[in-house]
Amino acid sequence: MKSKIALAFENCKKQKRPALITYTVAGDNTRKNSLKILNKISKHADILECGFPHNTPIADGGQIQGSSHRALKNGTKLKDVFQIVKKFKKINPSKPLILMGYFNLIYQNGENKFLNNCKKSGVDGLIIVDLPYPENKNFAKKCKKRDITFIQLLSPTTSKDRMKKIIKDSHEMIYYISMLSTTGGRLKVSPKKILENYNRIKRINPKKNLVIGFGITDKTISSLKSANGLVVGSMLCKIITNSLKMGQNPVTKLDKVVYNLKKKIL
Amino acid sequence: MSLKIKKGIPLIDQHDKNFMYGGKFGGNFIPETLKKPIDDLTKLFNKLRKNKKFIKERDFYFKTYVGAPTPFIKLDNLTDHLGGAQIYAKVVSEANGGAHKIYNATVHCLIARKAGKKFIVGDTGAGYAGKMLSMAAKKFGLKCKIFMGAKDIKRQRPNVESMRKNGAEIVPVTTGSQTLVDAVSECMRYWVANCDTTHMCVGSTVGPNIFVKICAWSTAQISRELMSQVKEEFGKIPKKMKLLNCVGGGSSAMGFWNEFMDTDAEFIGIEAGGPKNSKLHAAPLTNGSKIGILHGSAQYVIQDNEGQIGRTESISAGLDYPGISSLHCFLKDTKRASYTSASDEEALKAYQLVSKLENISPSLEPSHAFAEAIKLAPRLKSSEVIIVNSCGDSLKDKDIIKQKLGSYVR
Ligand SMILES: Cc1ncc(COP(=O)(O)O)c(C=O)c1O
Repeated sequence: MKSKIALAFENCKKQKRPALITYTVAGDNTRKNSLKILNKISKHADILECGFPHNTPIADGGQIQGSSHRALKNGTKLKDVFQIVKKFKKINPSKPLILMGYFNLIYQNGENKFLNNCKKSGVDGLIIVDLPYPENKNFAKKCKKRDITFIQLLSPTTSKDRMKKIIKDSHEMIYYISMLSTTGGRLKVSPKKILENYNRIKRINPKKNLVIGFGITDKTISSLKSANGLVVGSMLCKIITNSLKMGQNPVTKLDKVVYNLKKKIL
Repeated sequence: MSLKIKKGIPLIDQHDKNFMYGGKFGGNFIPETLKKPIDDLTKLFNKLRKNKKFIKERDFYFKTYVGAPTPFIKLDNLTDHLGGAQIYAKVVSEANGGAHKIYNATVHCLIARKAGKKFIVGDTGAGYAGKMLSMAAKKFGLKCKIFMGAKDIKRQRPNVESMRKNGAEIVPVTTGSQTLVDAVSECMRYWVANCDTTHMCVGSTVGPNIFVKICAWSTAQISRELMSQVKEEFGKIPKKMKLLNCVGGGSSAMGFWNEFMDTDAEFIGIEAGGPKNSKLHAAPLTNGSKIGILHGSAQYVIQDNEGQIGRTESISAGLDYPGISSLHCFLKDTKRASYTSASDEEALKAYQLVSKLENISPSLEPSHAFAEAIKLAPRLKSSEVIIVNSCGDSLKDKDIIKQKLGSYVR
């Protein structure tokens, strides 16, 4: 049976557009609001990435750090993250949801226990920022056994040889990091260059769904439209920060922003 | 299964194919972007450490620039005062810049030059790692950026001033606890974004495996010197000899112990116990913290049940770190070294006593090790030997000492 992630990509391909993938942090700015946000933006987004917060992230920029900080400050724990996913999935059973975070939380929880909790709550995929290939081989296998998609990352520094190996071992979705940056950096490489790299990777195995992330905002998203999927994260975290600052409701605000993002790739 | 250290093989090389010591410490838990730069650095370092010309170059700078050997002295007054074991100090604070951090900084700058990098970045807590990196960068013509927690910038002013004088850009880190742990995170994040042009120096034996290796390989100079100094003083390695060293990340202790690994010398590492009446500390080994992942490496680390890195507290900025080198975790589990802690108050008292009785004045980091020496010595026979690594000078702590004790005497 095809995974929900694979189905989402198929659906987008039929519509000749990239999948819109959002990233928000579970528990930002409250547990309730983060669930409301997921429910709202799932009307426009094709795949939802949901961060489980860590207080010592080594690859996140200021915006996502801010979101994680808010989530941790209001006491968001891993069990809350799973609750949020479960509740979301009850209302949106076919919408794919991917958890993203750092390995120490999984390590402390126990790999098997963590994955079983993922399965029970309905998580479709996992991105682990600091568990690279080949160290992640074993963990990726465990995911596969449970029909959870383990999403490998590729970066501009990844050599061609390494890419081939990673792609060979990858599941149906792969994440290409657009540039050398933490999350939330300004797009410092031209979209043309990014797409050149993208196409080079795509040629290695055209069947894999390859998405681009890092530095994508409402300003840059349409220029990368030819990809299989585009991830917007820091911009959304920033919107939450700003709406809190101005006393606005982050839920309605994000709903609008994601709606507009979607319009730009249709 | 009990872990064992292999004899005749450098400790830093006793890892498996995943760069883990004892199958559970160390490794490379890093974002994909850093795989290539770390791989490149690993290959370059492996080549350089086998290259006779490079070793000659290193030794040349250790001798003429760092100043080798640093003095090895007997602390007669302290020995008499305590009445017990013979107490010695290896006065590493006599090295150029005033601490052991100069070895790692020098080697990293040499490597950065070989790699053709013009920019170098580093983290710092006490400010020594930053000061030394800024010094060495200036000497070797590299542009230098130092990440330092805002709290540490305030409490380690003299070292901050040195960094500025050396022309380094200091980036204050205002996230989290605003101390070393956040400085290392921010520095690594910076490297993720700039690894194509910039070399990174991690200030201690922590971080992804290659940084643990380079740092321990660099500070090993301390024990190479000590080995010949001990043999000269005693004719051979004394039967009952304890090597006491403070441990923050663990670079000073690794350097102090390395050459003695296959001997009978006893290793005691002293962590920062924090304020006497506080639950907070920076002593993951002493207090039985669980293994977790911090800054790309598996290690015993202060954390909560979820895996969020825990808060620490110590009077000494250099020891104020929730984790500890994977090498020390390995030494602990193999029982090759033992670890204990000293409180803020004990360290202050030790600083006071040593400064009063002797010609040296240890900074708050090595004062933790002196505190243990002061506890141990009276219980030992006069035939036994304690050597303390006095790896920093109190001058950098004058503000804190003044505030805590009312006045500062060196
Ligand atoms: C004088 C001194 N000693 C010890 C340390 C602790 O670091 P490590 O354990 O890596 O030697 C520091 C760190 O800044 C230091 O400045």
